Amino acid sequence: MTTANTPNTHDLEKELLGFLEARTGTAWDADTDLFDAGGLSSLFAMQVVVHLEQTYAIAVRGADLRLDNFRTVRRMAELVDRLRVPAAGGLNG
Amino acid sequence: MADTVKCLVWDLDDTLWQGTLLEDGEVHLPDEVRKVVMELDSRGILQSVASRNDHEHAWARLEAFGLAEYFVLPEIGWGAKSESVRRIADRLNFALTTVAFVDDRPAERAEVTFHLPDVRCYPAEEVLALPGLAEFTPATSTVDSRRRREMYQAGFLRDAERAAAPGPDEEFLRSLDLRMRIGRATGEELSRVEELTLRTSQMNATGVHYPDAVLRGLITDPRHEVLVVTLTDRFGPHGAVGVLLLERHPGLWHLKLLATSCRVVAYGAGATLLNWLADSAARSGVHLVADFRETERNRMMEIAYRFAGFEGLDEAPCPCAAVLAPAPEDSGLQRLHLVPGPRVVSTVVTVDAVDLGVPDLGVPDLDVPDPGVPGS
Repeated sequence: MTTANTPNTHDLEKELLGFLEARTGTAWDADTDLFDAGGLSSLFAMQVVVHLEQTYAIAVRGADLRLDNFRTVRRMAELVDRLRVPAAGGLNG
Repeated sequence: MADTVKCLVWDLDDTLWQGTLLEDGEVHLPDEVRKVVMELDSRGILQSVASRNDHEHAWARLEAFGLAEYFVLPEIGWGAKSESVRRIADRLNFALTTVAFVDDRPAERAEVTFHLPDVRCYPAEEVLALPGLAEFTPATSTVDSRRRREMYQAGFLRDAERAAAPGPDEEFLRSLDLRMRIGRATGEELSRVEELTLRTSQMNATGVHYPDAVLRGLITDPRHEVLVVTLTDRFGPHGAVGVLLLERHPGLWHLKLLATSCRVVAYGAGATLLNWLADSAARSGVHLVADFRETERNRMMEIAYRFAGFEGLDEAPCPCAAVLAPAPEDSGLQRLHLVPGPRVVSTVVTVDAVDLGVPDLGVPDLDVPDPGVPGS
């Protein structure tokens, strides 16, 4: 398993929680299952995908597009962080 | 062949009516022009307005002429007309290649053409000739096309309520009382299907167009299912909003066409259909393989497939696909695969659907894996 709270993903989680709260009018925890327990639709998850791609200039493709990657804020942050790595990796080695 | 025009944007002064409202005070609407507006409306072509005028003044005049209801999303103000046309196309979710603009002033047409080269522009002298042009003559005219404007207007009401609704979208969607019907295509529904595949680009998963004659042939083919999807809500009907073409193979259903109207994307129609199909396939003990060709406009459909659990056959091969002819080389066609399980079809849409476990014309001799046996 990856370590959840690297500085990168921590900031991402805060941003994503802010986005979700603004869109749903509800406060969420980073570990809450947004779809089963949270009652959000997979349709909303589609909007989240588009939001993440536009905000973080990433492309979520192929196998990465599975719903499980968007089930919690923590997983979304991990996904974004991983997909951003190639750009940052050149500098940080 | 050029695209059929889906929306015609009218200038008002000296184009729709004779005279300049702000200068002449009085303007005259020729009967022949009124007939053009009503004829295009009956063909399902939406009409809008891009006019340099005072909005209230000009709209009041359209109402006095009894024409206001024929125009959706009017842009009456002082900005560039290219911007007005662009906003109208954006809000309708129409490609600019399907939008036309008519204006008596060459400079206005040139301005629109400069910024939006895909928009077809016509001078005011041609207004009476428009209904005779091929691009204003849709191949089919159906119940839905005659009511298209009303359906869009109901849609704008929905959007306004939605924007005003507090809380998650889900709650709002439930309040709409959405009802989806999925049935085998018959008779008149076929022309609705063809119209849908012609008019719908955004959510056509395969980008493959099936002409009326081909679909008619497939309706009586026992291997194929041609399904039409209609949707209603408390605001009224959305009409025919989706089409599926399915071919039955032993142990496998092949989804060859799935198109939904861009008007119902916001209601999760694509995801609802995929969930229903997956649930039906699970009951029949078959796998699903869906054709998918990436286009600029079907990103949401790709997400819908993936969120429904589909995976690329190239990522996760499955022997079930051996019965399929290979996708044509260079077609850009991907095959997405799902081992379906029973599932909740939708938490917001009530679905009334045909039972696919019972083939319409005889039962093909299927060698179906027993769904009761856990995966080996």
